[in-house]
Amino acid sequence: MKQKKPAAGNAAMNTPERRRESRRLYMKKNWQLYALLVLPLLFTIIFKFGAYAGLTIAFKDYKVAKGYAGSPWVGFEIFQKVFSDRRFGPAVWNTLLLNVLDLIFSFPMPIILALILNEIRCKWFKRVSQTLLYLPHFLSWVIIGALAYQLFQVGNGVVNVLIQKVGGGEVPFLQSDGWWLFTYILIGVWQTMGWGTILYLAAITSVSPELYEAARVDGAGRWKQCLHVTLPCIRGTIVTLLIMNLGKVMQGSFERIYALMNAKATKYTTTIPVLVFRWGIESGKLSESTALGLFQSVIGLILVVASDYIAKRLGEDGLI
Amino acid sequence: MSNTSVVKKKKVWTAARKKDLVFDIIFYTLMALISLICLFPFIHVFSKSISEEAAVIANKVVVFPKGFSLNAYQKVFADKSIMRSMWVTIVVTVTFTVIGMFLTVCAAYALSRKELKGRTVMSFLIMMTMYFVAGTIPDYLLMNNLHMLDTWWCMILPLCFAPYNLMIMKNNFSSNIPDSLIESGVIDGAGHFRILASIVLPLSKPILASIALFYAVGRWNAYQDALYYIKQRVDLRPLQLKLYYLVVAAQESFQAEGGNVGVLTNPEVLKSACVMFATLPIICIYPFIQKYFVQGTMVGAVKG
Repeated sequence: MKQKKPAAGNAAMNTPERRRESRRLYMKKNWQLYALLVLPLLFTIIFKFGAYAGLTIAFKDYKVAKGYAGSPWVGFEIFQKVFSDRRFGPAVWNTLLLNVLDLIFSFPMPIILALILNEIRCKWFKRVSQTLLYLPHFLSWVIIGALAYQLFQVGNGVVNVLIQKVGGGEVPFLQSDGWWLFTYILIGVWQTMGWGTILYLAAITSVSPELYEAARVDGAGRWKQCLHVTLPCIRGTIVTLLIMNLGKVMQGSFERIYALMNAKATKYTTTIPVLVFRWGIESGKLSESTALGLFQSVIGLILVVASDYIAKRLGEDGLI
Repeated sequence: MSNTSVVKKKKVWTAARKKDLVFDIIFYTLMALISLICLFPFIHVFSKSISEEAAVIANKVVVFPKGFSLNAYQKVFADKSIMRSMWVTIVVTVTFTVIGMFLTVCAAYALSRKELKGRTVMSFLIMMTMYFVAGTIPDYLLMNNLHMLDTWWCMILPLCFAPYNLMIMKNNFSSNIPDSLIESGVIDGAGHFRILASIVLPLSKPILASIALFYAVGRWNAYQDALYYIKQRVDLRPLQLKLYYLVVAAQESFQAEGGNVGVLTNPEVLKSACVMFATLPIICIYPFIQKYFVQGTMVGAVKG
């Protein structure tokens, strides 16, 4: 295409030729930026947006043979079916219960550990403990599940062996409903307490030494310094992380539950992700399963956006 | 006079010191205890895996191994399906990390450049997929439609471009690489490919290491997708899934070949050896990669 050079007289800013020319120059200089984005966008479109297309079957009576397009629309019929299913209520309840208990017990531990670590001045001791504390974070839930059975099994789990040695009775840590809940939360605390300290430790390092100096001059001991200097200074981090974690109460780790569940303790294990798996992958109720998953995604999204909004309103860094 | 002052000073020093010492003892003991709790499961299972079978059956192994035997490990290494799973995991992890890093670096650089028109829209489109996921079944159906079920690719392609990692790297590029440096490249006539390869990447080695490790460890540990997608092709089971069927669900038995590896009647030792076989690679490299993990997590926490 022949580019016409605009005459000097009518070189107004916004003639179409001028705009085209500047766009051409821009693309000549920056086409490589767009080239870099082609593959990542392609991946996003195929694997993420492509999956969104599958969400339509939550509103259809999906039959594999007919495909997405061929299956008839049924409106919210599937959702009504899901919401009235007798397993729906318990699944929502279990998801909330496990997450809230997790939050109550797993959230404070990293703060306490970070405060203790902060008091430890021996460098190598600190480094070694941190290395050990971070270790559980790097292991898969399968391995943690396997370790849990080695430790807590009835009969030959080492914890039960030790309990019997001191004269106690066997505890069905993983094989009765109440104890399963206890063990599930305990393992969660064990896995996350070390890694969770990282952000708090970072926040603590940025506390100005002058504040401690001033506190010492005022006669504050280590306990008082911790209570009146360190804690107020990391309050922002604590609040942000708490709100963000509250935003996640409808999500749930399938891998964690699946690695720890067994036939003997089933009361609390059927959470939404597990029910999605049962319905969809095991029983082939694809529409119902998709609808249930969509329900969880939407609630989860609302909670995350809301918690981000609240965090920003409180003047903290948001998540999004 | 000087004498009294010394005495006085010493007295004060002692009182403060005493209190300090009590605090220290409490903190150090507490920390040592908690650290040991983190370590104990591994020591116990490791000791079990190298102990004599009789001691394990009698529940005598708590912390230290009783006797010494590598029979269980011999059996694990003789089991072709376990070794195959290890191989699958290695191949998948390496491919996944390489593709993921390539995509992440490309996208992160492009989206970190302010002259890119439409970058808000494109960032939004990519980041949106992190907060709103389609869910298990749509993902499964997508794999089915793409004919990727029971193939290597279903464990590699769907997850290998992670928006979270992209966000970390993008923020790092825009905050750590001075704009003037890139401008000077532009003035010298270098295209963006050149600038990325010879200016940005050499300056970003730490974050590249962090993100590569996020990808690799994440892939190594995940088993959910393999559980959904790998059904018929038993030979494509990654190590974690194999371990799940073998140890956690105990639905499968060991298939060691060659009868000369010593007879093990009790599966407990074998299970321990199996868990250790899967854990040791992580434990061995973990002390070296830990610092990159910490660093990546901190960058991730500071949003741009």
